[in-house]
This record gives sequence, structure tokens and C-alpha cells, in this order.
Amino acid sequence: MIGEAGAFLSILALVLVAAQGVLGLLGHARPGLAAAAAACAQAALACLALAFAALVSLFLSSDFSFAVVANNSHTAKPLIYKFAGTWGNHEGSMLLWCLVSALFGALLTWFRGGLSHGLWSRAVGVQGLVTLGALVYTLALSSPFARLDPVPYQGGDLNPLLQDPALALHPPLLYLGYVGLSAPFSLALAALMEGETNTAWAKALRPWTLVAWSSLTGGIALGSYWAYYELGWGGWWFWDPVENASFMPWLAACALLHSTIVTERRGSLASWTILLAIIGFALALLGTFLVRSGALTSVHAFAVDPARGTAVLVLFSLAVGIGLTLFAWRAPTLMRPAGFAAVSRESFLVLNNLGLAIAAGTVLIGTLYPLLIEAVTGELISVGPPFFDISFSPLMAALLLAMPIAPLMAWRKGALSAALRWTWPAGLAAGAAVGLGLFAVGGGFWVGLGLGVGVWCLLGALAYVWKRWGQGGPRTFARFLALPLAVWAMTAAHAGVGVFTLGAVIDTAFKLERAERLHPGDSIDFAGRSVRLVEVVEAEGPNYIATRARLEVSYQGTTALAAPERRFYPGANQPTTEVAILPTLTSDFYIALGEAAQTPRGTAFTIRFYRHPFVRLIFWGAALMALGGALAIVALALRRRREAMGAGFFAAPAPAAAPAE
Amino acid sequence: MSLAAALFFAATVTPLEDPALEARAQDIEREIRCVVCENEPISQSTADIATDMRQRVRDRIAAGDSNAEVRAYFRERYGAFVLLRPDISPMTWALWAAPFAFLLGGAAAVVSLRRGRPAEPYEPEEGER
Repeated sequence: MIGEAGAFLSILALVLVAAQGVLGLLGHARPGLAAAAAACAQAALACLALAFAALVSLFLSSDFSFAVVANNSHTAKPLIYKFAGTWGNHEGSMLLWCLVSALFGALLTWFRGGLSHGLWSRAVGVQGLVTLGALVYTLALSSPFARLDPVPYQGGDLNPLLQDPALALHPPLLYLGYVGLSAPFSLALAALMEGETNTAWAKALRPWTLVAWSSLTGGIALGSYWAYYELGWGGWWFWDPVENASFMPWLAACALLHSTIVTERRGSLASWTILLAIIGFALALLGTFLVRSGALTSVHAFAVDPARGTAVLVLFSLAVGIGLTLFAWRAPTLMRPAGFAAVSRESFLVLNNLGLAIAAGTVLIGTLYPLLIEAVTGELISVGPPFFDISFSPLMAALLLAMPIAPLMAWRKGALSAALRWTWPAGLAAGAAVGLGLFAVGGGFWVGLGLGVGVWCLLGALAYVWKRWGQGGPRTFARFLALPLAVWAMTAAHAGVGVFTLGAVIDTAFKLERAERLHPGDSIDFAGRSVRLVEVVEAEGPNYIATRARLEVSYQGTTALAAPERRFYPGANQPTTEVAILPTLTSDFYIALGEAAQTPRGTAFTIRFYRHPFVRLIFWGAALMALGGALAIVALALRRRREAMGAGFFAAPAPAAAPAE
Repeated sequence: MSLAAALFFAATVTPLEDPALEARAQDIEREIRCVVCENEPISQSTADIATDMRQRVRDRIAAGDSNAEVRAYFRERYGAFVLLRPDISPMTWALWAAPFAFLLGGAAAVVSLRRGRPAEPYEPEEGER
């Protein structure tokens, strides 16, 4: 019954978002139609939320008469993973996609900002059509509410790799990011249709871009952290096509974030901002296609079904085709001369956009090239981490050199000398870090450069705070506290990049590893620690059986116990590794239990030991970036409320603002 | 030697005695793809065949092969798929040229957009973001 209600509600939502699309697009000149479109958007959100809740309840009650539950759940699975299992499969995750898209549709109607009526109505309309496309695909080709007959006695269980707290949160965050980019896309298409971009439009773009970017940052970081502790050897980024699929929209969102700043403040770069919004959403759809079509095999490709791949490709072509056609047709009318000197805040933000766009293009071609070659010549080639290390990393390093300088530049016309006045201490420290990397720790050129870039970004970000603190008065504690939230938002994000870079460089260059065959009772010395394998026991979990090693690790006079495991999940017929990590202030001591083997002395186990120095900086850096994005959203909301209060408490939204120049 | 003892030896890699040669082996094994794993170089894989391939990297180096010859050895046996850093060949020219093409294209676009604009006397403008 609940399942049928869910199916009915999602069909109802389909009708509602279709109406939202048509009414929104027609409503640009007729306020009555636009209001109806808004009502449809909100009703569609309610329907999809209930439909999704219905699916959740099917998973919670292990109702195996539904194919999606039977294939991806198990009665013995812990409750949290029954819940998270709702989106740990193709059908459920597509319904989540639709739900998030409908959520943004409704949010667009609630948070209108100062958007002119025409822009607002059309944006709501386009968002409705985006949801419509996703919902048609979901219901026609991957309905989560399909029944099974006969009903199986037990379910097939969720891929045990996904039965993990970080991975329970990873998909919703990523989807918030992917689908969040549909809101800038809708606003961009609305601007093209209206032939109008103004300050209010650029202002309206920013919160959505920030939501998408912050969520993507958080989602990617969680995925990376998960890979670090779950895949058994402490890697955190693999340049796997599926990772790239989420990284490309992140790069585009990051560029869009910065270009909207220019468009909002100066009115320039409007057409580029629109193009980026289209490309960003296109890359998000491409990501969905790559992950869902089975064109790539990985833990993310739940179902290999060519029909689904083709359908996503059709949706992708529709969105991108319509977007780019509109852009080619209407963008020339939006061109406004961008007045700024070659050295200015604007020019640095253009540099940022150029660099991020080239980076995204490089990742794109590296990801798609093997697919293209296979399609054209039938040959299989690999494009792996070495390609990206050679092409992407130097470009990023060059781009990061400019990052601390940009915020110190004046708008319209800046001077490098003025920026250097604030950043020379950071520069000196970075130089020292280069020297340290080259000579003291013997890391070589790239390690020295990487450490220098990391220190430069971190301290350079703080230099901006120092400058703002001293602006217009002495550096008192009260004035420090009074610094605007927006300053902290940007500082956190930029400093996060520095922290991340330091962690990535140090871990890559200086991690230690050792694999040993140990019998119970054996000891080894590694990375300053003395490790003894005490015993290996069998243990039973709720839905798995584990082989658990117990090791004593002595380090600096204290002894800690570590218990890495290998698990076997009979439901899914799949093994996993659960590593043991003993963190210290400066590094993680990481132990993974490997295969057992018979030797003349009895049963031995391959155990891999790693020391990952400063690896936590990678995740703390990413967390700082996401925090920066979140703070920026709060700062925007506060500013808008202040502006609204200034205009009178119950004042209507500001009238469509005049062009910025 | 029992079968168990043979397995014991097959599952570990004997490092090369010369640290310079061992460093070369480690560089190479980061760029060779494990043929049974999802997307892992043999340096990180725990699969038996990866261990075997790592040993063969060392055997080839000990036999006096250059890095390029070791890579060619694996390409002949497993195809170009096994090389995580694809060789520069007519098939991959577009791949390797793309980043440079993007860079040049972007620079050209910026230069052409800025050219032909009258030099205005811009005034600095301070303020929040």
C-alpha cells in the first residue's frame, strides 16, 4: 500500500512539475500564472518528499515485495544502513535526485530576492522542466516502486563497502551539490530568455552556487575520507573517473562562485557567468550519466543498463543543447564592456576562472579520452593518476600562487606592490618552506614547491584578515570581533586550500609503508614503533563474520591496542577490510589485515603497516573550505536581511535594480 | 619445500638491493595498472597478480632494462590498457596536447577581448567583496 502511495505521489509530482514548467515559462508576463507555477512547485516538493518517505519506510520495514528493497537490503542490516540504503542504489538515488531538484524549485519560489518578475517566473519554469526530465526518466526506466513476484524470503543486501557512516551521508551531499547547480542553470536560462542580467540577478545566483559548491566540497571530502579508511591502504584520491565526475562540477562551481562576485559587483562578465552556469549543470548531468550508465565500472555503477545510459544522455543533450543554443542566440545582447585594468581584482578573478576552466577541461578530456578511443578504434587505454599529476597539478600550483593576492587587489585598478605590502611575510615563510622541502627533508623540486604553495595560501589568506583588521582604525580586539562574516568566510575557504595542499603534499611525499607476513606472537619494528601480533580471532557482527587481528603497538613508552579486521558479508557475498588507525598529533599509524596463508610454522597473516604523516590536514582543509562556503551563505543572508530592514521592515523585495554600471 | 612454502614466497616481493634500482622499480609500479582490480596501480593492489607483476618489474630492472623497456615489456603482454600514463603516440596526441591547447586558447581569448578597447584611465575602488 505504502509503495503504491509512493508511486502515485511521484506520478502526481510529475504532473505538477510539468505544470510548473509550462506555467512558469508562460507566467513571465502574467503574474497569475507565475503564482500558480509557484504553488505547483511547492506541491510537487510535498508529493516527492512523501514519496521518498514512503520508499524509506519500505526499506526500514524490509518489504522485499519491492524489487529495489529486495536487491539492496537485508533484515539483519543495522537500522541506519537500512535507512541510508534508500539512496544506496540506482532507483532510490534517482528519486532523491528528483526530490532535491523539486526542493530547489520550491526554494526558488520562497527566496525570490530582488529578482524581477519575468526572471523569477522563468527560472521557476526552467527548474520545473529539469525536475520533469529527471522524474520521467526515474518513473519510466528506474521506478523504485516496482513490485516483485514471487516475494523473496531474504534480500540481497547493500554493497557492504557502502555500509559505513561517511558513505551514508556522501550521496545526499553530492546530490545537493549536483542538483544544486540546476538552480544557477535555471536562472541563467531565465536571463537569456528575458535578455536581462542585473545586479539583483547576480545576487540571486550566488546563494545557490554557494550551496552547490559547499555541498560538493563536503560530499567529495567525505568520499575521499571514506576511501582513506575503507579501501585498505590509505589512498584518498585516485583520479578515478567517478571521482572526476564529481570533481569537474566542483571546479565549474568554484569558477562560477568567483565570476558571480564580479557580475554582482561590477556587472561585467555577465555572459561568461551564464555560460559557466550552463556548463556547471552540464558537467553535473555528465557526472550522473557517467556514474549511472555503466560506461564506467566502479562501486558507484549500481546497474549496467544501456537503455538507462542512453536516456540520461538524451536528457543531458536536451539540457545542454537548449542551454547553449539559447546562449549563442541571446548572449551577444547581454554583452557589456567590462571596464577594468590589466591588474585589478577583476583581472585576478578572470585568471581564477580561466585556470579553473582549463583545469576542468583537462580533467574532462582525461576522463573521457579512454571512452572515446574505445568507441573509435576499439582499443583500450588507461589515463591514470600520472597524466593528471603532470597536467593538472602544475596548473593548480600556478593558480594557487595568485590566490592570496587577488583579495588584496582594489577593484577596477590595483597594484601588485600594494598587495605585496601585505603578503611579504607569507612570501618569506613560503620561501622558507621551499628551502625546507628541498634541502632539509630531501623531498625534491615538486615537494618543495608544493610545501611553498601550501604555506603561501594559508598565511596569505590570513594576511587579508590582518589588512581588513587594520582598515580604518587601530587593531583592537573589538574591531577584530567586528570583522564582517564575509571576510571570515573567504579566509576560511582560502586557508582551507592551503591546509589541504600541505596535507596532500606531505602525505604523498613522506608516507611510509611495509607489508609483512606475521604469525601470532611475531613482532616488527616500523616507523619508530614496535608492533606485536597478539592473536587473530573470529568474531561475528550483525550481518557479517569478521577475522580480527589484535596487535600491540608500542610507541614512545605507551602501548596501544589495534584491531584491524577483514569482514565477510554473506548476504552480499562480498569481503571488506576494516583498518585500524592509531592517530598521533602528526601522523596516522594505519594497519590493514590481509590474507591468511599456511606456512611451515602455522597460519600467517599479511599485515600492511603505513605511516601517513599529516594526512588529516587533507580532510581538515576540505572541511575548512566547506565551512567557508557555509559561512558565506550565512553572511549573504544576514546582509540581505539588513538591506531589507533598511528598506523598511515589511517592505516588498527591492524593485528590479538598475544595471550596475 | 611444501606447496604452502611456495605460496609464502610467491606472495611477497623481494626488494632490489641497490636503493637506486629499487626507487626506479617503485616509480614504475605506480604507473602500471593492476589487471584484475578496479582502478589501482600494482603498487597499491593486494591481488596476487599485482604482487607477481611487481616482482617482474624488479626482475626486468635487475636484468638491465631501462624504464621504457620495462613499460614496453608490460604493454606487449597486457596491451596499452596496463599503462596508467599513456604513451605519447598518434592515438594520444590529442590527449597530451589538450591542456596546452586549452591554455593557449584561453590566453588568446583574453588577449583578443582586451585588445581594441580604448585605454581608459581606471580609478582604484576599495570596498567589500
